Amino acid sequence: MAQTINSARCNALIIGGSAGSLDVLLEIFPALRNDMSFPIVLVVHRKASNESLLTDLLRSRTKLEVNEAEEKEFLTPGKVFIAPADYHMLIEEDFSISLDYSEKVNYSRPSIDVTFHSAAEVFKETLVCILLSGSNADGVEGLKTVNNLGGSVVIQNPNTAIMPYMPQQAVINVKPHVVLDGHNMADYINNLNN
Amino acid sequence: MISDAIDNDQVEILLNDVLESHGYDFLEYSHASIKRRITRLYALDNFVSFAEFRYTIKTDKQYFKRFLEEITVNVTEMFRDPSFYKALRNDVLPVLGTYPFIRIWVAGCSTGEEAYSLAIVLKELNLLNKSLIYATDINPSVLEKAKKGMFPLNYLKQYSENYLQSGGVKEFSSYYTANYSLAKFDESLNSKMIFSTHNLVSDHSFNEFQLILCRNVLIYFDKELQHKVFNLFDGSIEKLGYLALGSKESLEFWPKSKEYKRVKMEKIWRKL
Repeated sequence: MAQTINSARCNALIIGGSAGSLDVLLEIFPALRNDMSFPIVLVVHRKASNESLLTDLLRSRTKLEVNEAEEKEFLTPGKVFIAPADYHMLIEEDFSISLDYSEKVNYSRPSIDVTFHSAAEVFKETLVCILLSGSNADGVEGLKTVNNLGGSVVIQNPNTAIMPYMPQQAVINVKPHVVLDGHNMADYINNLNN
Repeated sequence: MISDAIDNDQVEILLNDVLESHGYDFLEYSHASIKRRITRLYALDNFVSFAEFRYTIKTDKQYFKRFLEEITVNVTEMFRDPSFYKALRNDVLPVLGTYPFIRIWVAGCSTGEEAYSLAIVLKELNLLNKSLIYATDINPSVLEKAKKGMFPLNYLKQYSENYLQSGGVKEFSSYYTANYSLAKFDESLNSKMIFSTHNLVSDHSFNEFQLILCRNVLIYFDKELQHKVFNLFDGSIEKLGYLALGSKESLEFWPKSKEYKRVKMEKIWRKL
């Protein structure tokens, strides 16, 4: 298993997660260096009502600036952008954020597929996407697009995921990819720094 | 999902065709969203080539109706964001209640769920009889649905929860009659609504209002178009009237925003 799929610089990192992904995120964020050279986008399935909970939790565990994404805001290096509950999040050619309240995809809004797909078209081979624990297959189609357009695909080792279904589906359907245990994720991300 | 079935240049070509042949201008819509909608429709309707897709949109009037309905997002809810409706109920509508007559514009009303929610709150505040709700949308077919006031019954449980959280005090089911899979809302509610097509991109102001509701419409527009629409609203709101936006939308970067004051924590602004 290769640790790095391609050697292009990383211009954006997108992490998608569903049920069981919060534990991994809470392990990753305190261990991240505080001078990341690219923006980090989080797309996490959650209930529409407890909006700021995830933002507050992560803020308390990292020195990086963490915000819920605002529409038309630009993705800027070193900051963390969380897709708001109940909106899909897309990336424009000028790296600004568009929000979208259209139909759910894979019973989810935000959908991980939507953001992976949209970011892949913009960042192509400079995109890195990580898919974490979850109990549906959202994100798998998006990862295929990421692969097709030359980006890197990283999947949480299903054996270390609280809900293995989502990473399992990705491992089966998306190749090539890198599989990492949850506790190795932070090192991997830190090493992407340019 | 078909990835990249339609590329950026082809999106541009289609949108120019739509403007020339049908008079609808989508060129200032947020690009990523509209591209996704177009790609989705192309896959959904099993087109085999871009040329065929383009020709059909350009020449087939019936298909263009479908294009219009699918390209615009028509997802909406009753009492979406309960805290927003609570603020309308407690802070905004009682102020408007001191006027002899209340004119409200729901811009981009889609299938009407927000207009009916508003009518319910007005009714409970005993203001509906002196109110008039202008509900407009770019899309004639969603307005036909809105006029009927019938919504899928399986959403009603969620709507009822939203309603209660927003400070509703009645039995929500007293506002509708269940009929097979649909809930038909009381006609006293839409007796105070006027439905009409209106295109925020190209149509002008048509009246003066004390409240304009335009929620989750502007997220589909680019910044310049958003500012144009804010100017249109500004010319359509009376002094001390209100403008209400969606939970992720803001007046903040619009040059005239200083002439408006935010109402509490909600996305509601009052014209000074």
